[in-house]
Amino acid sequence: MSLEIASLCKSFPKDDPAGTVEVLSDISLTIEAGSFVSIIGPSGCGKSTLLRLIAGLATPTSGSIDLDGVRISGVSEKTGFVFQSYALFPWLNVADNIAFPLAMKNASKQQRRARALDYVERFGLRGFEGSFPAELSGGMQQRVAIARSLIDNAEVLLMDEPFGALDSQTRSRMQQFLLEVWQQTRCTVLLITHNIDEAVFLGQRVVCLTQRPARVGDDILIESPYPRDVTSDEFNVYRRRVLKFLDREHAAGLRDKPPC
Amino acid sequence: MKIPQRFERFACIALLLGLWELLCAAGAVSPVLIPPPHRIVQAMLELLLNGLPAGHLLHRHCLESLLRVAVGFAAALAAGLPLGLVLGRSERLRNLCTPVIELLRPIPPLAWIPLAILWFGIGLQSAAFIIFLGCFFPIVLNTVSGVVTVDGILIDAARVCGADDRRIFTRVLLPAAWPSVCTGMRIGLGIGWMTLVAAEFTGVKSGYGLGYMIMTARDIQRPDYVLAGMALIGVVGFFLDVLLQRLQQRIVATRTPRSH
Repeated sequence: MSLEIASLCKSFPKDDPAGTVEVLSDISLTIEAGSFVSIIGPSGCGKSTLLRLIAGLATPTSGSIDLDGVRISGVSEKTGFVFQSYALFPWLNVADNIAFPLAMKNASKQQRRARALDYVERFGLRGFEGSFPAELSGGMQQRVAIARSLIDNAEVLLMDEPFGALDSQTRSRMQQFLLEVWQQTRCTVLLITHNIDEAVFLGQRVVCLTQRPARVGDDILIESPYPRDVTSDEFNVYRRRVLKFLDREHAAGLRDKPPC
Repeated sequence: MKIPQRFERFACIALLLGLWELLCAAGAVSPVLIPPPHRIVQAMLELLLNGLPAGHLLHRHCLESLLRVAVGFAAALAAGLPLGLVLGRSERLRNLCTPVIELLRPIPPLAWIPLAILWFGIGLQSAAFIIFLGCFFPIVLNTVSGVVTVDGILIDAARVCGADDRRIFTRVLLPAAWPSVCTGMRIGLGIGWMTLVAAEFTGVKSGYGLGYMIMTARDIQRPDYVLAGMALIGVVGFFLDVLLQRLQQRIVATRTPRSH
């Protein structure tokens, strides 16, 4: 599914009556169907807010978001969401967690079970379908979360720093895994990260957001084919460009704000 | 000498009973004021076989009391659980209702007895009402605190999975708050069982009830029967709590990370 974001703004009311905090300022992006886009930016810049707006979990102050030409208003069943903290339901086992979106559509028990077990198999979770989230490692929990976001045939996968809580080895295995999932399902992926390597390694395009209020500061096409070699010169060129952008934003942030 | 751990907790009880028996045998305390333990066991057997008043056997007293507590507790759960869920979700309603709850809560159930008799007459309803008052507040307050502390990310996760408001309540808030609800039920049932004797002060039509039996024993000046009744209330209360504790532990066990 393609995604069209036009002049998107979002402000939050501030505690003091003076007014509002502007988080997103005039963001416009066109994202092609089936593409993989990384979104990177300084911490606290509003990346998560952008994703929540696309997911329909929050409403924009102004501007619009269209999914395949249809304006979004509220949560769409065509989007799946993966949270950094996994957000699995601790009282449900793996199979029931994965099948949760189907339960919300009143699918029959057999249907839910069959579909969930199919994902359990494909996501390397066999033997753990009856386990509870607390019994799984972080990487496995995140695989359950990705399976849950895709089971209802999601065509847009929104990921909010999905691998941020994982150790670096698990992290790179999960990146590989995510690329395989993307290539199989051909869904559109928007991935938020604060990790430059991850953004460049995964994305066909890296969108760089500025300090708050966030605007699109840079939009970099990563033209190297998959699988990518993180040790290549080409990879480093892209890394340097993103790094420079972030350094610049960081410096601007220090200038604007008193040190804390 | 090594005592197996499971018997350890009974050691202190045995010691106290032995001491009590000895003091009575030595004539240190009057058996009219405090009958020795073996008299209480004897009294219990008499109550079981002959009954008090004659023909009103002990197990029927116990069952009738349990029925009253069950009715009062069930009513408190039926009213307190939904109210707690709603109040936990809406800060506005919580602010509106909390003063009312906090004003009513410190009023001892005993103080309600005249009104209970006026409203419901003598019988099951007024006794159940008194027990209801004992159970209700802990259930409401613990449910509220359970819901308030639910991780908001779980609600977001359910929403992106397509859950509507009703299902957020039944599939997320209720199970997430369940351990806390169990605590409320445990405290509530404990207080409910404790108010039993007071509840049976409202009078019983059937001529059965542990509290009623104790009062009959008082009227005929039989402290051994009184103590037998008290002991049984203690033992039954203990097992009711064990029952709910088991239920709670089973739920919490699945949510606690196991060490790998």
